[in-house]
Amino acid sequence: MPTQDMLGREVHVDDEGFLTEYDEWDEKLGAELAKNIGVAMTDEHWKVITFLRTDYKSQGTTATTRRVDAVGGFPVKLQFQLFPAKPAKKMAYIAGLPKPAGCV
Amino acid sequence: MANTQPIVPNFGSESTGRKMAIICSKGNLDMAYPGLILGNAALGEGVEVHLFFTFWGFDMIHKKRQKKLKFSPVGNFAMHLPIGGIRMPQWLAWIPGMQPFATWYLQHEINKLQVPEVPDFLDQISASGGHLWGCKMSADMNKLTMKDLREDVEGIITAADFIEMTDGAQVLFI
Repeated sequence: MPTQDMLGREVHVDDEGFLTEYDEWDEKLGAELAKNIGVAMTDEHWKVITFLRTDYKSQGTTATTRRVDAVGGFPVKLQFQLFPAKPAKKMAYIAGLPKPAGCV
Repeated sequence: MANTQPIVPNFGSESTGRKMAIICSKGNLDMAYPGLILGNAALGEGVEVHLFFTFWGFDMIHKKRQKKLKFSPVGNFAMHLPIGGIRMPQWLAWIPGMQPFATWYLQHEINKLQVPEVPDFLDQISASGGHLWGCKMSADMNKLTMKDLREDVEGIITAADFIEMTDGAQVLFI
């Protein structure tokens, strides 16, 4: 598993650049990850990311867009507005989580 | 050794230019799902998606009927019993009450995976920017109009309209 230097510390990532260690993430790093993929973070973005982090901790898997809507209460339409074109992957990347594994 | 150059996933541009057309021609509960799952997945990957509902698939966008799609194990030789994984004998598929039970059971298993029921799934597809179209011939045959269909159906169109509209798209027939 490669590591890379981000904000002066070494973090573990997979071949695509998704963080692999839950505890290596913090908000500063999240902001940096968002910058990497051109997402300008607002309070609304952070609320979604916080939900994903909390949900992952209790479920052990990354929430799909469906779950972010049904359980998190963030409508799919909003997710597409905040994280255009590929919301599931972009949210997971910024939240320092693996890509969601569910089909729906 | 830490990489100096950060690895950043390639999410492509906001518009992938990729277009997909899914023809949903079946109205049984089990056959309603493949098109919805693939269409939803494609939308999540930034693909422009058009769903065209025709023949029995027309029930999927009918306001009332879309809530009552059924599943039957009759003629389905890949149907296995929930216990032991034994293939269901066809004489059992015909017994009274099997169709409602099988419908309930299939929906129950789908719900367990947190996959939405058909009307909610179409809501999600529509909210994700998917386009829904009804087939003109199916509407005429069933004497149905836009009034009978979900609000988010964009129109009832002919086969030729559909072909024109999906120029350059990848087409899936289900």
